[in-house]
Amino acid sequence: MFEGESAEVFFFVLSGAVKVFKTSAEGKEQILNIVRPGESFNDVPILDDGSNPASAQAMGPVVLYGVRKDGLKVILHDYPQVTLNIIKVLAERVRQLVSLVEDLSFRHVISRVAKILLEYAGDGTGPRPRLTQQEMAAMAGTAREVVGRSLKALEEEGALKFDRHRIVITDKKALQEMVQVSL
Amino acid sequence: MPEMPVIDRKKCNDCGLCIDVCACHALVLIKDVVTVIETKECGWCVQCEVVCPTGAITCSFEIVIEEH
Repeated sequence: MFEGESAEVFFFVLSGAVKVFKTSAEGKEQILNIVRPGESFNDVPILDDGSNPASAQAMGPVVLYGVRKDGLKVILHDYPQVTLNIIKVLAERVRQLVSLVEDLSFRHVISRVAKILLEYAGDGTGPRPRLTQQEMAAMAGTAREVVGRSLKALEEEGALKFDRHRIVITDKKALQEMVQVSL
Repeated sequence: MPEMPVIDRKKCNDCGLCIDVCACHALVLIKDVVTVIETKECGWCVQCEVVCPTGAITCSFEIVIEEH
């Protein structure tokens, strides 16, 4: 389902995963959340009768439970505990989004990721430790998703390219300049 | 043999979310256990690592400098 559409059904994921994202005018995708089994999406437009603030797409086969808008109103009226639970879920969602906003001022993070890449780059003299994006995130003091976006940004800037499980630094000087700028 | 994602069996709860998102069928359920199948089709998209709720599956990168 697409950002900007109205909604009639509140969904719970039973199996599989759904990504919730926004798309920029240039077609760039910003993932806001990954909805896993037991979690919900499409809840905001159902609760405030507005349009969907983001798009949702299945990441492979999914099974969903849907609750229609008018059905949800009956449930909320008859079962106050459900209302409280929804409030808690939305409060947690606000925390996540606040954290995302903080992460998205991420030029400094790109410099930290560039530094990590330069430090861990092999020079052919022997094996170097391999890093997962999660490990890079821990070293950079940020989240895995931010590292993923940083690597993508560096690829688009021509500083590196991906060769399956290898990150190939194609412009070492550009990475060094990024590290210098941040100092 | 191609490099493949690695599953930490202590963390894996066999939820199968990684299988659901894997586009190259490198991950399968064998006797209820999530198993990695070696295949050159794996493009290292890291979606399995992204979606895993326990951090059990990892796709580590080797970082190299291109020789000119």
